[in-house]
Amino acid sequence: MNPGDMMEAVAVKPATRVTETRRSYESSLSARGEPFLWGFGGALAFGVLLVVGFLVLVTWNGITTFWPKPIHVVTLISGDLVAGEPTRSEPFKVGPERMASLSEAAKAKIANDGGFAHRVLLRTGNFDLYNDDFRWVEDYKIEKTEKPVGMFFIERQEWGAFVGGIKALSKDGATIAGEELSLDLLHKEHQAARRRFDAIHDIEKGAIGDVNYEMNQERLKIRKAVLKYGDNAPEVRVVEAEVEREASALRGRFDALAAKAQEIKGEDAKVQVVLNDINGTEKTMPLSLIVRFYPANELSGLDKIGIYLSRWGEFLVDDPREANTEGGVLPAIFGTFAMTLLMVLVVAPFGVVTALYLREYAKQGKLVSVVRISVNNLAGVPSIVYGVFGLGFFAYIVGGGIDALFYPERLPNPTFGTGGLLWAALTLALLTVPVVIVATEEALAAVPKSMREGSLACGASKWQTIRNIVLPRAMPGIMTGLILAMARGAGEVAPLMLVGVVKLAPELPIDGFWPFVHLERSFMHLGFHIFDVGFQSRNSEAGKPMVFVTTLLLIALIAVMNATAVVIRNRLKRKFMVGHF
Amino acid sequence: MNHLSKDDFESTVYHVTQSQDGAVIEIEDFNLWYGPSQALYNVGMNIEKGLVTALIGPSGCGKSTLLRSLNRMNDLIENLSITGGMRLEGLPIYGPKVDVIGLRKRMGMVFQKPNPFPKSIFENVIYPLRVDGVRDREVLAEACERALKGSALWEEVKDRLDDNALGLSGGQQQRLCIARAIVSDPEVLLMDEPCSALDPIATSKIEELIDELKGHYTIVIVTHNMQQAARVSQNTAFMYLGRLIEYGDTEEIFTSPKLSRTQDYVTGRFG
Ligand SMILES: Nc1ncnc2c1ncn2[C@@H]1O[C@H](COP(=O)(O)OP(=O)(O)OP(=O)(O)O)[C@@H](O)[C@H]1O
Ligand SMILES: [Mg+2]
Repeated sequence: MNPGDMMEAVAVKPATRVTETRRSYESSLSARGEPFLWGFGGALAFGVLLVVGFLVLVTWNGITTFWPKPIHVVTLISGDLVAGEPTRSEPFKVGPERMASLSEAAKAKIANDGGFAHRVLLRTGNFDLYNDDFRWVEDYKIEKTEKPVGMFFIERQEWGAFVGGIKALSKDGATIAGEELSLDLLHKEHQAARRRFDAIHDIEKGAIGDVNYEMNQERLKIRKAVLKYGDNAPEVRVVEAEVEREASALRGRFDALAAKAQEIKGEDAKVQVVLNDINGTEKTMPLSLIVRFYPANELSGLDKIGIYLSRWGEFLVDDPREANTEGGVLPAIFGTFAMTLLMVLVVAPFGVVTALYLREYAKQGKLVSVVRISVNNLAGVPSIVYGVFGLGFFAYIVGGGIDALFYPERLPNPTFGTGGLLWAALTLALLTVPVVIVATEEALAAVPKSMREGSLACGASKWQTIRNIVLPRAMPGIMTGLILAMARGAGEVAPLMLVGVVKLAPELPIDGFWPFVHLERSFMHLGFHIFDVGFQSRNSEAGKPMVFVTTLLLIALIAVMNATAVVIRNRLKRKFMVGHF
Repeated sequence: MNHLSKDDFESTVYHVTQSQDGAVIEIEDFNLWYGPSQALYNVGMNIEKGLVTALIGPSGCGKSTLLRSLNRMNDLIENLSITGGMRLEGLPIYGPKVDVIGLRKRMGMVFQKPNPFPKSIFENVIYPLRVDGVRDREVLAEACERALKGSALWEEVKDRLDDNALGLSGGQQQRLCIARAIVSDPEVLLMDEPCSALDPIATSKIEELIDELKGHYTIVIVTHNMQQAARVSQNTAFMYLGRLIEYGDTEEIFTSPKLSRTQDYVTGRFG
């Protein structure tokens, strides 16, 4: 403080006396702002409640989905038997028509409950036998409910779950049934069967797939040569001969692999299992097509935990099956992660450079204001519009151009000329770039002027000042922008449906074939997976648990990515923002 | 005394005839406007080589503005206009072809508030050398030590050169900024109230430092502390309301000023 200031401070003091006109020392309620405070607090509490409620719902449903449930066998008054996992129950109003067909006792009970009855949804499985996975059972129809032993919950590779008993196992023509068919034996045989199944899968999807891929590449060589030299040029003949040599080698490999697969298949077909449902209907199938089975009503706590964990394991590392309603989501996790990462890699430099130009170099005038407002408004454009733009501009125009230039031999099949990982990432980058620009601009503006002046006074040029002082200091703010962009981008679904996300992607965007990262491939995404499983599958009830688990996983994935970014940011902050007073 | 208006002043009173001999910086009829409002009026002075020149005057009189004009820090401000000129060693400071960066490299500057960079102490001190592209670790380390010793900070920080500079105390930060200003051996050192954030001990250290540096560097220092001005400077310029009122030998300005306004200010009767 300099002497002048001191004198002023002293001079001002006497003027702060309370004057005569002041009548009350009590400030009014509204002056103290308490009603507002209650309002703010209430709004906050309401918001927090909604978010917490949502998270609790998703988390609870997500983590309980894979817990094995008992199987109820319900004997109806009509004498029918229904077996299944109880999924949920609800009260419902009994309509007059239905009421009329009921017995007197049931009528009296319903009347007593104000016209309501209870019903429970049983997951009966056995879709192949009854064309339905679920069945509602009303309480007034039930005679008794039991949990008998010997009821198995059997998850199958196809047709969904089977609920019923395991009657017999036929191996190499011999049939094992009754007392001899112990659980241990079943597990042992099942493990062997699954190993065969995996071996077949590896050969057919893995090795044979690779051979097919290479075969296709060879065929494309001919197309390429034809496009280059003309139809009957001698060069084409040379290429054709070469390709033929390669192809015959590949065919040899293919035949060997196919023979091997056939051999294992033949062996596998000798082990069949006979299942029977509650009404005695039998179903015979290869043991290897059973993914998992357990006697639902005879499980110990440890067994349940084992099943629970093995289901999570399958979910996290396997491919989906049964129209995505069962199996794992590994390709979707991978796709979401890869796309988000790629998006951040694109949006970070692009957004930061744009903001740098706007804030540090452009002459601050009308034009820059207009640009800034436009950028802010871009954030409000519906995301599906970005999808349309991405498809039209990136995929059709840019991608089409790339195809015509670099992949003419594959036309009319598009390579880059259709949705894919790269175009999806670019579209999302476009969608999130306003967030990054705004955050970066603010971070740049928040760098103290004194720091810039200090650098310039040392003889640094403007660019040196920006690179050495301004950017590092603004980095935490820029990171905040990137985190927001990442969260927004990872959770976005609508535009992706147009630019490359698919229900089931045959191949991951990264594999062992050059160039290893295939940016043109379509991919799976957790957000789209939720939409697809929950609302597009044959039986939305079957997909429901999957919706919750996938949502939980998506939230967790975004949380993990954000947490990583926040940790990095805080580390930067500690480095640049230590203050001393 | 207090009903002065800007137009009451005629021209600056100089104690010595202003000649170009021995002058590092010549300021000639310099006017400066922040947008429509004028902050400097017809300032003319020659700053002598190797001496300490103090700029004194009440708050808002334009001391910082004048100091910042010397190394063109005011270029950052929009709507700034100037007339008149300044020369450093005979070369114009303002002009279409002036290499501003080169100019700033010849003048170190210490600001009113310490402004270390969010980097290590070492990196802070050698920043001007880094900017010049010096890579040799040994040269840098040696320069860093010399500069820190020069600003009386070496003993306190020699064991933690890699710590963040923002963790230093305010006074240490200011001495760090002084080290940064002298590390590349500039010809002129511009100091804007370098001691305003410091305790008496640090202040006296800095004053000692200024005493040591004079002769080697030409120093222009803005200060509100009359004793300090009297202690460290050889020449003193008294400014008021954007004008240079009286300029001359420090002893004469403090003991026998030619104008009563100057007398009043240096004896603390107004301001
Ligand atoms: N960036 C600016 N834009 C507009 N006016 C400014 C600016 N900087 C300074 N001024 C004005 O110019 C005049 C001189 O300011 P200057 O900072 O040079 O005063 P000073 O003598 O250094 O004061 P102090 O001793 O308080 O630091 C003041 O009236 C101030 O309001
Ligand atoms: Mg000042």
